[in-house]
Amino acid sequence: MIEYALNFGFVCVALALLMNLYRLTVGPTTADRVLAVDTMAINAIALLILYGIGKATAMYFEGALLFAMFGFVSTVAYCKFVLRGDIIE
Amino acid sequence: MPFVVELIISLLIVIGGAFLLIGSFGMIKLRDLLPRLHAPTKASTVGLGGLLIASMLFFWIERGHFTIHELLITLFIFLTAPITANLIAKAYMLLNVDPNKDLPPSKQDEGWATFDPVGPEGYDPSEEYQEKET
Repeated sequence: MIEYALNFGFVCVALALLMNLYRLTVGPTTADRVLAVDTMAINAIALLILYGIGKATAMYFEGALLFAMFGFVSTVAYCKFVLRGDIIE
Repeated sequence: MPFVVELIISLLIVIGGAFLLIGSFGMIKLRDLLPRLHAPTKASTVGLGGLLIASMLFFWIERGHFTIHELLITLFIFLTAPITANLIAKAYMLLNVDPNKDLPPSKQDEGWATFDPVGPEGYDPSEEYQEKET
């Protein structure tokens, strides 16, 4: 039964990533694009966790943790650049 | 693996995937950035939370020992989501909102914080730096 649930989850995450890609390319303002990339990082974490359950290995959690950290750092860096014109003052 | 545990894990995965899809659908449905900020919170709380609890249960039953390193990801996402939302909203307001037309007056000596980095008149932040250095 878990295999069917995993297939459903993969389809959901793939559709979600496509919607984020639409917002990333169309998005009228810069902040829309930053928000789309932030949501894409969350969806990538979900994809890695689903893949880890499917392969029954805990190796992908380090990758998911790295995605969480670098998604946050990149979003904050871009917003600081827009707000202050500089990242580290 | 017993049937009940398998059912619970499958339900958690289905709920998490559905909430991830709903959160990203809100991104293309809502009309403006400030309502749009509301949508991905569904994906980052219930969506990722359900998947991480499902993964914790799966490896607990599969390996026989309990690990909490999925909780690290949950903790990190819950801590950082408000900060990113606040910074994205501030960047949007700086670029797209006119403080003279769209915002009420602040009724203070200085303007709103995002638009008025100088502060009240006569206040010079460089003086404080010089005092700290000496």
